[in-house]
Amino acid sequence: MLKLINVQKTFFPGTINAKKALCGVDLHLNPGDFVTIIGGNGAGKSTTLNAVAGVFPIDEGRILIDGVDVSGLAEHKRARYIGRVFQDPMTGTAATMEIQENLAIAARRGDRHTFKWGITAKEKKHYKELLSILDLGLEDRMTAKVGLLSGGQRQALTLLMATLKQPKLLLLDEHTAALDPKTAAKVLEISDMLIAENKLTAMMVTHNMKDAIAHGNRLIMMNAGKVIFDVSGEEKKNLTVEALVAKFSEHSGQEFANDRALLS
Amino acid sequence: MDILTYFKALPPAVAQGMIWGIMAIGVYITYKILDIADLTVDGSICTGAAVCAVLMSKGCNVWIALLGAFIAGMLAGLVTGLFHTFMGIPPILSGILTQLILWSVNLKLMGLGFEPARASASNLALPARKYDLLVSQLDINHTIIVLELFCIVLIAGLYCFFGTEYGCSLRATGANLAMSRAQGINTDNRKIFGLVLSNGLVALSGGLLAQYQGNADANMGKGAIVIGLAAICIGDALFSWLCRNNFALKLIAVVLGAIVYYIVYATVIYLGLDSNYLKMLSALLVAFFLAVPYWKKKYFSGRKRFHLRHQKIKEKKETKGGK
Repeated sequence: MLKLINVQKTFFPGTINAKKALCGVDLHLNPGDFVTIIGGNGAGKSTTLNAVAGVFPIDEGRILIDGVDVSGLAEHKRARYIGRVFQDPMTGTAATMEIQENLAIAARRGDRHTFKWGITAKEKKHYKELLSILDLGLEDRMTAKVGLLSGGQRQALTLLMATLKQPKLLLLDEHTAALDPKTAAKVLEISDMLIAENKLTAMMVTHNMKDAIAHGNRLIMMNAGKVIFDVSGEEKKNLTVEALVAKFSEHSGQEFANDRALLS
Repeated sequence: MDILTYFKALPPAVAQGMIWGIMAIGVYITYKILDIADLTVDGSICTGAAVCAVLMSKGCNVWIALLGAFIAGMLAGLVTGLFHTFMGIPPILSGILTQLILWSVNLKLMGLGFEPARASASNLALPARKYDLLVSQLDINHTIIVLELFCIVLIAGLYCFFGTEYGCSLRATGANLAMSRAQGINTDNRKIFGLVLSNGLVALSGGLLAQYQGNADANMGKGAIVIGLAAICIGDALFSWLCRNNFALKLIAVVLGAIVYYIVYATVIYLGLDSNYLKMLSALLVAFFLAVPYWKKKYFSGRKRFHLRHQKIKEKKETKGGK
């Protein structure tokens, strides 16, 4: 479903701040794969997701989604293939627009925007049903401005928006990192539910090793802009945090120095 | 001066307010919806006036002249839009650059209105005696009715437009760029469209203004953005309780804001204030209104602040007590 072939990216090339963020990432996702991505700060996890989403052009390599080479496509053109949820709950939704308007925009992801009405009565009914599945009481606040919602509610809404029109690929970029533990668990539960229900191919970046092990069918570890460890199936299910930390030192030759990942 | 003079000054204030209200609606599209402070308008309002006056002096019908003004304004918006999106210039600077371009364009344009054509002119007359005008300060009652219709049609049209898929995507672009791109919206395209539409409306109001005051003048746009912002601020401050988040009502509030602005203007003049100070007062008024939300956030989201401070003092006392 997704193929990354030797993807490379250097930020600020030719300056003293030059940073090689991706040093030849190779990755192949099968349809229905739910991959969790872990790694230290600056390992290239979010950069990989942003490269796939087209936030910046890559220097080398190719990115294929379902056989289509999207490496040269602008971010808004790739959006037809990709649903995204961001780390910051403010990023994924338009605060000054209504809940139902946000959903209506998501329902038209990748389509041409015409001069037909932006939202129909039939859609509203459909959204109401979908929102009630989230069980956050949003179905009764369809005309409320999204800016009035809490961070957790906004992330849940963003998730729903990202999956409303079946994407070929769902990108979750630390989408629970800004939430309190209880809300984070709820949002993760919703993510699992939506991914399973729609049989989505998904990538989830996380700092939480336990979450990385507990969710998805495959886990990859990144370090210094490369995939250093890739595990799936039974082997992944039987992973422990200790084993992962050991794997990290084994593959990278460094200690895993990230309190956020170890303590959580 | 007696009070009758004052009352006589009110209908013209209302008419002028409605013309500037149309202009303020244009500013609303960029400033409120797209979140861009577009300074092009100081130039494009005069471009609209100049095009309207030139076309009429060449014998065009008044409606064609207004259409010409609208299109000229749209072109000005296109230039600003391309400066910003294609050339990566910050929006404020893009607007200033176009404004300066328009200064030359306007002088040249108005030169064309003379017989024979002059190389340039800073003023072009559009006397109501000579032309068949839509609005004029010589016939206030008629003017007010025409402008009312203009505003109603315009607001209805914009209300429908911003309810469409395309209009929604434009609002989303102003609300959240990252989200819009992630939802497949070409944000550059939407910004250009917004600037084009906005400046089209501003130029249209310029065309009406030229008819109303009987001439186009190179200086008529000076500070236009401030008057537009003042109308938006006043409308919001006085009438937001009426709007209930309804877009059409918000636009009506903008027009009402512009009318209030010109009534205040007339009042201040009646009270004998030196009219040289008016631009300064407008700017200060806008500065004040723009500061209010900031002050509210900084000083009056007070309970939380107070609570925090209180807690800190309490904690300090406790640690002291512990020692």
